[in-house]
Amino acid sequence: MFDFLCEVIEHDEVSKEYCLLKLFAGEIAHTARPGQFVHLRIPGLEQGSLRRPFSIFNTDKGLLWILYKSVGRGTEVMKKLEPGEEVKVIGPLGNGFPLQREVESILVAGGYGVAPLYFLATRLKRKGVLVVGGRSADDILVTDMFVGMGWRVVVATVDGSSGVKGLVTDPLLDELKRVEATGGGCELFVCGPDGMLRAVGELARQYGCKAWLSLDKHMVCGVGACLACVQKLRRSDGSTWVGRVCSDGPIFEAGEIVW
Amino acid sequence: MSLIEMSVNLGGVRMKNPVTVASGTFGYGQEYADLVDITRLGAVTVKGVRNRPWEGNDLPRHVEVPGGMVNAIGLQGPGVDGFITQYMPFLREKGVPVIVNIWGTDIEEYCEVARKLSDVPGVAGLELNISCPNVKEGGNAFGTDPQVVAELVGAVRAVTVLPLIPKLAPNVPDIRVFVRAAQDAGADAISLINTIPAMVIDIETRKPVLSNRVGGLSGAAVHPVAVKLVWEASQVAKVPLLAMGGISTAGDAIEFMIAGATAVAVGTANFIDPSTPLRVIAGIREYLERHGMHAVGELTGSLV
Repeated sequence: MFDFLCEVIEHDEVSKEYCLLKLFAGEIAHTARPGQFVHLRIPGLEQGSLRRPFSIFNTDKGLLWILYKSVGRGTEVMKKLEPGEEVKVIGPLGNGFPLQREVESILVAGGYGVAPLYFLATRLKRKGVLVVGGRSADDILVTDMFVGMGWRVVVATVDGSSGVKGLVTDPLLDELKRVEATGGGCELFVCGPDGMLRAVGELARQYGCKAWLSLDKHMVCGVGACLACVQKLRRSDGSTWVGRVCSDGPIFEAGEIVW
Repeated sequence: MSLIEMSVNLGGVRMKNPVTVASGTFGYGQEYADLVDITRLGAVTVKGVRNRPWEGNDLPRHVEVPGGMVNAIGLQGPGVDGFITQYMPFLREKGVPVIVNIWGTDIEEYCEVARKLSDVPGVAGLELNISCPNVKEGGNAFGTDPQVVAELVGAVRAVTVLPLIPKLAPNVPDIRVFVRAAQDAGADAISLINTIPAMVIDIETRKPVLSNRVGGLSGAAVHPVAVKLVWEASQVAKVPLLAMGGISTAGDAIEFMIAGATAVAVGTANFIDPSTPLRVIAGIREYLERHGMHAVGELTGSLV
C-alpha cells in the first residue's frame, strides 16, 4: 500500500459517459492484483472532500488504468482532469480475486463492472467467457479488448440495442447449463450493482459453483479504519461477522455474504 | 534547526509531540501503518472499545456534506479482550503511547473495561467516550448531564490509576460546567469535542440518509465551534485539554493550542490525507521557530 502523487498521462472519453484515465503510479501499478482498487483524491473538488474508490482496469509499465462512469459530483469534476495534472492515489487496496484456478472462468459484468474483470482476464491462464450486461449498447464497454485476448464475449442489454434482449443473468444461465451439460466445472467472477451480484450469486449456488463477487460500497478511509463500508458475512461454521468491504474485501465468495 | 521542546504531558500521558489522532478515524493504528510512520505520533488514540464485541449500526453509516461528513458507525469493535489480543501487540511493539477510547451502556461497563486495560502494558491512558451521538444507550446520554459525568468519572477513577481523559459532548449549554464536573471527579485531562449531532435527509425519498437517522458531524465545518468550546473550557480547566474538531492543517492545531489546548487530535482529515498528523507536527515546529518560541507549551493558552 502506497500513497503517491500520480501524474495524469492520458484521459479520454471512451464512449458516452465513460472515461479512461491513465496515471503514472509506479509501485502502485507494479504491485496491483486484479480485483484490487485505488482511493483517489480528486483535485478540483472542494477542500475536505473525501476520496473516491476506483477499480483497477489494467496496469501497464507503471501506468494505472481507471475506467469509470461519470455518476456524481466527484466523477463530474474528475472528468476535467488534463494530462500533466497530478492526483493523490492510495493503493493498491483490498484483497483481489483468487487467481490460480482449475476450472473454466466465467466473468460476469454489469456496465463498468467490466473494469476489474479485464485486469483479471489478463492474468488468468485459461481463457473463458465474458458475459456482460447493461441498460443499452452505450453501457457495453471494451468487449473488443477481451476478444483480442481470445475470450468469448456474450452481451445482454435491457433494451436489446446490443446482444440479446434481457438481463445479464439470461445468457449466464445458458452458459451454466452448457458447463453442466459437458460435466465440467466453472467459477464466476462478478462485478456490478448489488442486485446483479445477488442474482448471480443465487444462480451460482443453484449450479454448485463458486462466485467471487466484487462489492461496491461508499467508502471513507479505504484502508479498514473507519468501518463505514461494512458487509455482514457468514463463516463456514455458520456464525456471522461484520467485515470491511475495503480491507477484508472487496472480493467475497457469494456464499459468505448475508444479503 | 534550533532545539525546540515538542513534548507535552497530557495529564500523565507523556507525548513526544502534541499530536495524536481522534478515536474512530485511525482504526487501531495498524490499518494506516503502511502509509504513516505511527511512531512519529505523540500518541495513537484507538477506536472505542466496550466489554464485548459490537456490530455497530446498519448501512449507510456515513454521508459526505460540505465541509466534512456525518457518521453513525455505531462503535463497531472487537470488544476489550479482542482489542488486547488482536491489536495491542502491534502497538506495543511500535512503542507509541496508546490512548484507548472506552465506552459502555452503564457505569459498571466502563469500570470493567478500565480495569481490564489497567494491567495491559503499552496502554498510556483512557479516553472516556461519554458523548457518542450514535449509540442508543449510554453515549451522549452520559455526556449531557454533568451529574452523570461526575458519577461516571468518579467510578472509573476508583478502579484505575491510568490517566483518565473524558471526551466531552459539544451539544451542551455551558461546557465549563462539564469541565468542572469531570476534573472534580478525578479526570487527569479533558478531550473535546466529539462530533456535533446532525442529520441529513434525502429529499427524493424523504427519508434520513443514515440508517441511524442521526449521526455526528465532523470535519472542517466543526473547527470554529470546537475552538470556541476549547477556549471556554480553558477558562475553568485545571487539567490539560486535548482538542479536536476539523484539524486539517498545522494552523488549525495551533489555533486550538492558542485557545488553551495542550495537545490536539487529527480526525476526519486522516481519511482524506493520512499524512496530515505528520504535516501538522512539522508545521507546529516550523511555527514555533518562526515565532522564536522554544517549547510548544508556550503556545498553550497564549490568546491575547
